[in-house]
Amino acid sequence: MQVRPMQVSPMHALRPVLVAFGLMVVGNVSAEEAQIAVAANFTAPMRAIIELFEEDSGHEVKTSYGSTGKLYAQIKNGAPFEALLAADQKRPELLEEEGVGLPGSRFTYAIGTLVLWSADPDKVEDGPALLESGDFNKLSIANPKLAPYGEASIETLEALELKASIEPKLVMGENIAQTYQFVDTGNADIGFVALSQVMQGGEISKGSGWVVPGDMHAPIRQDAVILDSGKDNPAVTELFAYLQGEKAQAIIQDFGYETD
Amino acid sequence: MFLSDTDLEAIALTLRLAGVTTLILFALGTPIAWWLARTRSRWKGPVGAVVALPLVLPPSVLGFYLLVTLGPNGPVGAMTEALGIGLLPFTFWGLVVGSVFYSLPFMVQPVQNAFEAFGERPLEAAATLGASPLDRFFTVALPLALPGFVTAGILSFAHTVGEFGVVLMIGGNIPGLTRVASVQIYDYVEALEYGNAHRLAGVLLVFSFLVLLALYSWRPDRRRA
Amino acid sequence: MQTSGRDASGSDAQASHALGIRARLRLDWPGFRLEVDEQLPARGVTALFGHSGSGKTSLLRCIAGLEHAAEGEIRFNGEVWQDTTTWVPTHQRPIGYVFQEASLFPHLSVLGNLRYGQRRRRGRGAVAADSATGRFSLEQAIELLGIGHLLKRRPAALSGGERQRVGMARALAVSPRLLLMDEPLAALDLKRKLEILPYLERLHDELEIPVLYVSHAPDEVARLADHILIMDAGQVQASGPLNQVLSRLDLPIRLGEDAGVVLDGQVAERDERWHLLRVTCCSAGLWTRDTGAKIGEHVRLRILARDVSITREPSHESSIQNTLPAKILSLGDDSHPALRLVKLEISGSPVLARVTRRSAEQLGLAPEQWVYAQIKAVALL
Repeated sequence: MQVRPMQVSPMHALRPVLVAFGLMVVGNVSAEEAQIAVAANFTAPMRAIIELFEEDSGHEVKTSYGSTGKLYAQIKNGAPFEALLAADQKRPELLEEEGVGLPGSRFTYAIGTLVLWSADPDKVEDGPALLESGDFNKLSIANPKLAPYGEASIETLEALELKASIEPKLVMGENIAQTYQFVDTGNADIGFVALSQVMQGGEISKGSGWVVPGDMHAPIRQDAVILDSGKDNPAVTELFAYLQGEKAQAIIQDFGYETD
Repeated sequence: MFLSDTDLEAIALTLRLAGVTTLILFALGTPIAWWLARTRSRWKGPVGAVVALPLVLPPSVLGFYLLVTLGPNGPVGAMTEALGIGLLPFTFWGLVVGSVFYSLPFMVQPVQNAFEAFGERPLEAAATLGASPLDRFFTVALPLALPGFVTAGILSFAHTVGEFGVVLMIGGNIPGLTRVASVQIYDYVEALEYGNAHRLAGVLLVFSFLVLLALYSWRPDRRRA
Repeated sequence: MQTSGRDASGSDAQASHALGIRARLRLDWPGFRLEVDEQLPARGVTALFGHSGSGKTSLLRCIAGLEHAAEGEIRFNGEVWQDTTTWVPTHQRPIGYVFQEASLFPHLSVLGNLRYGQRRRRGRGAVAADSATGRFSLEQAIELLGIGHLLKRRPAALSGGERQRVGMARALAVSPRLLLMDEPLAALDLKRKLEILPYLERLHDELEIPVLYVSHAPDEVARLADHILIMDAGQVQASGPLNQVLSRLDLPIRLGEDAGVVLDGQVAERDERWHLLRVTCCSAGLWTRDTGAKIGEHVRLRILARDVSITREPSHESSIQNTLPAKILSLGDDSHPALRLVKLEISGSPVLARVTRRSAEQLGLAPEQWVYAQIKAVALL
């Protein structure tokens, strides 16, 4: 290939290169990537929120969904997450105490609602009456040792003074997703699931349910916390701010959660 | 007490599940292994593949399909309900059904290999000596295949003890009925009760190791002139 | 105990049509077809002779009922074992089968193996003239094959020859009415073969039941067979009494390397001085080397065509010891155009001689002529 002798000044030739660089820099001036661990029950709302967030901010968010217990154990053992959106308060608190979570970053991003639900659209009309009558084969709940929804289910039963009588009919899912599966496949007639699992567009989309009043159990507060590895990542801090903003809150409520 | 009462209950349940499953597998797996070893039908390949499926399927997949099939909307569930048995998920016998599927290849394959190993000749010899087909099976085939049966039994038992995915899907974690040791350990880990988890897991680990050690150390004299 | 006697000349005519084994079979395999239509005798040893792949083992297995794909008809002494509508399974056929490699059950002791069949076949038939219970025939079989000292051992602890004898005893212990033997000596070395052949000869002498003996070894056939079926490529080339078949001029198949006959005889005299034996089989008898056989013992002689020459005038100046009058029955071609085979009859037994075509011309040999056969070598089997 023949090299043409330079006919123009060096600056002239370099200009396109500089422009390209400039564009790259300007275009990505705040384009960062965040690695977030998210509780499984929050999967759907989180996906919706991230879509908007990425549009608005230009950042990229990578997520891992799982049971809070597993995510916690992974974080403790060095998983490269930069923030955790848990299903409870206990784990984020622990992380804070252990120095892995950034102090002051923890906040409640959603408050879960419990619903007594059945895949059968005619089954649940009067929730407490149904529970008292015992007219069901099994009651599916999340394992209270592992999931706050499970704890809340037990508290609700205790509030209704039905725990002892219903105990023989309990089946426990390892997490809220499995709990839901038991009911959805019909193997358990009814179960305590998260409202977000059965709500779409503001109402229960299939089956039948009784939304448990918030005063029957301790609130299912789902906390988020920034982890040590993410403290300098603007994508993370902006995401956390975004979660508390109007757009995100609307989505969260749409999926059946409450917010502070 | 090294282990809590619930732990001991979980272990007892696990052993019971493994024992019942293994016995059922002997009864169910032997004719299948025999047919696979001797048949020349074109169904040999497909049947063999179906038997081997649980080896490659993730247990959670198997468990999930069992949940749907055994449930009220599934074919088997409809049948059990019609027969008055009720539904199988969340029961001990539901776990047995799941475990039998899941450990089937561990029973069939060693036994099939054992049946194939001695070939046609001993059975032909037995026939010329007046033994009917059933007679030949019990007096020649079974004794010659015995090492295979032992291997199959031990493997099936140990495999069921370690089963987790299937139980998780259709068990429902009911103490004394479906809360087996593997699920219990998982719960401990999830609940951050690592001490309990270590203890119970340790017991299972030692047990499984001893079982396998027995299998691999015992070498029956396979050399026949 | 009767001796049925070993009869290579085929003079026993008691094989009536209903007795014996009727085998009309067809078996198709890729690249091989077995096609047989034969009546086999109800007594004595019938050898199924041929090289490997000739179908002899397949035929045996068909008769035993081990080949399910075979079509046709099998009758034994009038009983239908197989035809278009019937199939009697192997375990219901009153047979004993000796496999090539013994195939003893490794998980049982020798006695266990023997009892295995015995338990399943009580009173099915008699091994010998005594039709007592099965138990008797087990002891008889053990004695016959000399395995009494091996009863507690496991098959793995036996030598090849011992295993084969146990296999034979096991087959006999079921009191079979037909004994099938598939090359029982093929897997043994020469020493073991020589060890066991006498037992087989004893069996032959003492059994009343027919025996089908598959072999590709000419020596075994020569020693044991009364009848022979020669097979090639799934077809029967020739069948009949042993010597009748052997002395045929038209068959391209030889028993062993060369044409020859097998004669039955009895040791009549021993010449200590010259270490010779005289065996009566044709008139005065034949002189042969002293092999240690006892006087009165029934033996077989092998006379090869190449060891027989023909003369019109007997010579006493010749080194050949055996010169006997013989009648020419027929002449035929030999493998080489220079040679001719002559079928002679000596005292009723056929003997083959090999001469050059030229000598046959020069001597003017023709059927019905009387000549002298000079037999140079006689092998005592």
